[in-house]
Amino acid sequence: MDPGRFFASSRVLIVAGKGGVGKTVSAAAIASAASKTGRSVLLVEVAGRSASAPIFGVEPQGYEQVIAVHEAEEGDPPRGRIALRSITPDQALLEWIAAHGFKGLVTRMASSGVLEVIATATPGVKDLLVLGRIKAFESEGAFDLIVVDAPAAGHAIGFLRSPTGVRDAARTGTIHRQAVEILDLISDPARCQVVLVTIPEETPVNELIETSFAVEDEVGVRLGPVVVNSVLPAVSGLDIDLASLDVSDMERAALQTAATFRAGRTALQDEQLARLGADLPLDQLHLPQLFGTTIGTAELEVLTDALLAGIEALPEADS
Amino acid sequence: MSADTFAELLAERQVVIVCGTGGVGKTTTAAATALAAAEAGRRAVVVTIDPAKRLADALGIAELGNTPTVIDGPWPGTLAALMLDTKSTFDEVVRRNATDNDQAEQILSNRFYRNVSGTLSGTQDYMAVEKLAELYDSGDWDLVVVDTPPTRDALAFLEAPQMLSRLLDNPIYKLVIAGNRGVFGVANKAAQTVMRQLARVVGAYVVDEAIAFFQSFDGMEKGFKERAQATLALMGDERTAFVLVASPRGDTLDEAHYFLDRIREADLDADAVIVNRMLPATGLSLQQSNALHSSLAADTDAAGAAQALLDLVTAAAADDDRVAELSKAAPLAVLTAVPLLADDVHNLDGLRVIADLLTR
Ligand SMILES: Nc1ncnc2c1ncn2[C@@H]1O[C@H](COP(=O)(O)OP(=O)(O)OP(=O)(O)O)[C@@H](O)[C@H]1O
Ligand SMILES: Nc1ncnc2c1ncn2[C@@H]1O[C@H](COP(=O)(O)OP(=O)(O)O)[C@@H](O)[C@H]1O
Ligand SMILES: [Mg+2]
Ligand SMILES: [Mg+2]
Repeated sequence: MDPGRFFASSRVLIVAGKGGVGKTVSAAAIASAASKTGRSVLLVEVAGRSASAPIFGVEPQGYEQVIAVHEAEEGDPPRGRIALRSITPDQALLEWIAAHGFKGLVTRMASSGVLEVIATATPGVKDLLVLGRIKAFESEGAFDLIVVDAPAAGHAIGFLRSPTGVRDAARTGTIHRQAVEILDLISDPARCQVVLVTIPEETPVNELIETSFAVEDEVGVRLGPVVVNSVLPAVSGLDIDLASLDVSDMERAALQTAATFRAGRTALQDEQLARLGADLPLDQLHLPQLFGTTIGTAELEVLTDALLAGIEALPEADS
Repeated sequence: MSADTFAELLAERQVVIVCGTGGVGKTTTAAATALAAAEAGRRAVVVTIDPAKRLADALGIAELGNTPTVIDGPWPGTLAALMLDTKSTFDEVVRRNATDNDQAEQILSNRFYRNVSGTLSGTQDYMAVEKLAELYDSGDWDLVVVDTPPTRDALAFLEAPQMLSRLLDNPIYKLVIAGNRGVFGVANKAAQTVMRQLARVVGAYVVDEAIAFFQSFDGMEKGFKERAQATLALMGDERTAFVLVASPRGDTLDEAHYFLDRIREADLDADAVIVNRMLPATGLSLQQSNALHSSLAADTDAAGAAQALLDLVTAAAADDDRVAELSKAAPLAVLTAVPLLADDVHNLDGLRVIADLLTR
C-alpha cells in the first residue's frame, strides 16, 4: 500500500497498547513516516512527561507545543512539519470543568473534592476528556494528521473504552453528550484509526488479541494494522558448526553462546508471531529490535524506514 | 537491620512486598520468593495479581479466589497461592466494617460503590493490602508475599490503606453528611449548590447515587482509619521487606530509580533489588566483539554468529552500565541479578530455577 494513502485515510491515529511495549517509540516512528509522505503531524502524548522529545532530539517544553521537525524547503524531498505536545488527564478534567460547569466560590471551596467525585462517579471521564482535547485538535485542522500516544500501564483498553463507559454511566448531562460526540469520532474509520502495539512475547501477544476483539466489539473501532515492536532481525547461519573456525577458544565459546541464545529467543519470538497471525486477522507491521543504549534521531530513522517498508508491503485496502 | 542476602531476608521477615513496573517479572519473582521460603521450611503464601495464564494453571489458581490454595510439593514448608479478586475482597471489607447487614447491603448495591470497587485506580493496591493484612492476622503463615499491580507510582501501595478514609474525608462527603444531619445554614446551602452544578455536568442520577453512597458510609470511617493505621505500621517496620524488581532495560530502570526516590520520601527503603532478565555473559568486551565481528564479516559461514555476538554484547554492555548506576542508587539493598532464561517461566520447575538463582 502506498504510505501516502495509508496516512491520508484518517486524520486521527491512536497508538495504544500495554505499558512498556514501545507505544511512544512506535508513535514517533509513525509520525516521522507520515511526515516523510509530506503530511504535517501533531504528535500528542498523554502522559506526565514528554518521552518523545528525546527521540526527535529536541528539548521537552512541558505542555507547550514543540516543533520537532520542520517542513522541507522547496526542491528537497517531501517532509511535513512535526509538532509535539503533551496533555495530562488531570489537566484535561480541570480545563473542562473550568469551561463547562463550576464557577466562582464553589470551585475554590470544593474543587479537589468535586473532581474526585466526578472521576469516581464516572470512571473513564479523564480519558474521555483527553479524547475531547484531541477532537478539538481535529476540528482546528491545523495538522494533516494527529498521532496520539495513548496512556501507559494496563490502560490500553480503558482509554479506548472511556467514551462508551462514560456514555452509559452518566445517562444525561454535559458529559454524556461529550461521550457521544467522541464515540462518533473514534468509531468512524474515515476520521480515526487505532493502531495497537505489542512485542513478540507471550503475555503481550495474549493481551493484544484480547484487547483487539474487545475494542472492535465494544467500542466499534476499526483497527488498523498491528505494530509488533522489538522484533529480532533475522540472522542466518546460527546453527553452523564453529569447531573449525580459526578463532581463539574464548571467542569460539562467546560466538557459540550468542548464536545459541539468539536462536532460542528467535524461536520463541517466531512462535508468538505465528500465533498472533493465526489468532488475529489484522496485518502486522514489524519494527526491529535495536541493541544500543537509547533511541535518538539515528535510531528513529531506522525505525521509520522499517515502518515505511512495512506499509508498502501491506495489501491495498479493499474498502 | 538490612539483610546481607536474599535468603536471610526470607528467613527473617514476615511480609515481602514485591514492587516494580509491569512486565519485568514481578509476579514470577513473588511466586519464586514464596517457593524459596517453603523450601527453607516456612509456611509461605503468595498473593498474585493477574499472573500469566500458564503460571496460574501451574499453581492451581486459574480462578480468582480469595482463599489460599495449597500447592503440594517436595518442600519441608508450606506453599500456598491465591489470585487476588479485587471486587470480592472489597465486598468483604465492607461487610466486616458495616454496623449491620442492612448497611452492608445498601453499600454493595450502590452503583457509585461498584465503580469505586471495580475501577478506581488504587483499588487493586488497596485490596492487595487488605488481603495482606488479613493473611498476616490469621496467624496461619510465617511469610506473606504480595505481588503488586503495575503502576508508575511506587507509593500507591503505601497510600492504599488510606484510600477509603481519604475518600470519606472528601469535602463533598462532609457537605452531604452535614446536610443530612440537619445542620442547616451555610454548609447545607453550599452543598446544594455543589450538587446542582454537579448534576448539570454528570447527570442527576450519578449525583443521587454519589450522595447515597456517602450517606450509607456514615459511621464506618473510624474502623477504616484504624485498619489503615495498623497496616501502615506493619508495612513500615522490620516485619516487612520491600523487594524492587526491574529489568535492565532503560525505561524500567528509570522507573526503578524513581521508585527508590519515592519510597525514601516515606522514610522506607528497598531491602532487595532484583534485576531480572539479564542477558547472558559471553566473556568478551564490546571492543573484542567488534573486532571479531569485523574479522568474520567476510566469512559467510560465521557472519551470522558474529552478528548475534555483536548484538548481544552491545545490548548487554548497555544493560551493565545501567545496572551499575542502580546499584549505586541503592547501596543498602541486596542486589541480585537473574538471567533471562531460554523459556518463559510457566511452571513449578521454572519457578524453582528462579528461586535457586535468588537464594544462591
Ligand atoms: N525497537 C526497539 N528496539 C530497542 N529498544 C526499544 C525499541 N522500542 C522501544 N524500545 C525501548 O523500550 C522502552 C519502552 O519503549 P516506549 O517508551 O516506547 O514504550 P511505551 O509503550 O511508550 O511505554 P509506556 O507504557 O511506559 O508509555 C524504551 O526504553 C525504548 O527506548
Ligand atoms: N528470568 C526470566 N527469564 C525468562 N522469562 C521470564 C523471566 N522472568 C519472567 N519471565 C517471563 O516474563 C513474562 C512476564 O513476567 P511476569 O512475572 O508476569 O511479569 P509482571 O508480573 O512484572 O508483569 C512471563 O511470561 C514470564 O514467564
Ligand atoms: Mg510511552
Ligand atoms: Mg504480574
